[in-house]
Amino acid sequence: MLTHNQLRQGSRVEIDGLPWIIVAADFVKPGKGQAFTKIKIKNLIDGRVIERTFKSSETVAKADVIDSEMDYLYSDGEFWHFMDPGSCEQVALTSVQVGDALHWLKEQNSYQVTLWKGKAIAVGAPQFVILTITQCEPGVKGDTVSGATKPAILETGAQVKVPLFVNEGERIRVDTRTGEYVERAK
Amino acid sequence: MTGVTWRPVASPEQLWQRARVLRQVRAFFWQRGVLEVETPHWLPCVAPELHQEPVACHTGHLHTSPETCMKRMVAAGSGPIYQICRVFRADEQGTLHAPEFTMLEWYRPGWSYRALMEEVETLLWTVLALLPESRWAQGGRARQWSYAAAFREFAGLDPFDASLEQLRDACRERAVSGDLCGESADLTAAAWDRQTALDLLLVQRVEPALRAWGGAAFLVDFPPAAAAMARLAPGPPPVAERFELYLAGVELANGYQELTDPVEQRRRLESANRQRCRMGKRPLPMDERFLQALEHGLPESAGVALGLDRLIMLALGARRIQDVMAFPFEHL
Repeated sequence: MLTHNQLRQGSRVEIDGLPWIIVAADFVKPGKGQAFTKIKIKNLIDGRVIERTFKSSETVAKADVIDSEMDYLYSDGEFWHFMDPGSCEQVALTSVQVGDALHWLKEQNSYQVTLWKGKAIAVGAPQFVILTITQCEPGVKGDTVSGATKPAILETGAQVKVPLFVNEGERIRVDTRTGEYVERAK
Repeated sequence: MTGVTWRPVASPEQLWQRARVLRQVRAFFWQRGVLEVETPHWLPCVAPELHQEPVACHTGHLHTSPETCMKRMVAAGSGPIYQICRVFRADEQGTLHAPEFTMLEWYRPGWSYRALMEEVETLLWTVLALLPESRWAQGGRARQWSYAAAFREFAGLDPFDASLEQLRDACRERAVSGDLCGESADLTAAAWDRQTALDLLLVQRVEPALRAWGGAAFLVDFPPAAAAMARLAPGPPPVAERFELYLAGVELANGYQELTDPVEQRRRLESANRQRCRMGKRPLPMDERFLQALEHGLPESAGVALGLDRLIMLALGARRIQDVMAFPFEHL
């Protein structure tokens, strides 16, 4: 169980029988009055965000969730399949569960799969991924300072903005939190 | 924690502004003939409060406010006194709370709490005028709401007349229609008592309305259950002669027409201890010397405590009190 001062951003809690992640937490207390912790929580299954207020003597259950490194195998269009490289056990997730990680899924790469009570519910991409550009305008030699960009499509289908000097077929490093180009990969 | 280094948090510029505020406060009281005093931070007995947890230290506690020692001084005939000191409160950590912060507390023997409110407001505008970049530098006039009127206006109910069921419904209704997306049914509210529900409505409804209004505001005349050490006026309805000063919805100061009756004071301390026990907290020893001072006779007095970090935060346009402290708790 988590006490009110353990309710912090990033903690995962179970409320109304469902798993949530705390996206914001604040301690509030009127003068001489009861202390409360207001938390904004995001449902780990369907992504909806709600707000809850607890008084300081109340406790909240920790969610029974673990993160497991798994390899992405393939998609059949309905489900996205991952495998635990240790046990070779496979799990399947829907596109809603895969969420934003969908843009960055490359076969054989490793991703973080969140399991709630043993069931896969979400996928997280690593902060940086290296992917090949499959489509973009030809590069402009020498232009490394102007800061101008052009659209490029990656092997996963994701579209990112890249500097003018980058070419089709090159591998680039992308920040998955912002969807931005970082650098050319060796 | 990210971004924590050995460096102080507040910038040299902010520390200079902080020092200017302290100097102005001292000049204000010097001009008015109010004596600056110092009382111990460590006490063998701190007055028990329901919602304040003192930090245990050796065989006693660090004070949560300098109230009892200052009242002993007033009872002994000190005349008007003030103090600027660090106070300590366990488990209070948030954008407006720190476990150690700077308090300005003062007592005016012979004054009414209404007269003290005038002085608190004068001090407020005097300090804010120091910082021309503050949005309140031009001064203004504090608005005044009774606790009941503020609840009627901003929470849509009468805090004295509403039934417990209505109060809990209001807590729930807010959670459902909340200003964020998504749904919620605050089921825990069903188990809350009357004052807990009122406290929640104060932070959920009244304080945001005062924040939206943006200026200085007093709430006055609180429910007896929230009297702490304030005198009760018989009413009807009976109210605690207590005020809170807000600036832009941030609570800055809490003042009382001080309770002077030693019998009633002992009863309240014992009652706070009983309630603490019911909440699973330790009872705290009675401060007999404080009670002896009241038995000797505390003159009719008004007293107030003001959170200086919050005032400096607002004056400098900072978002969290930690931003105007050199070494907030999280950076130690």
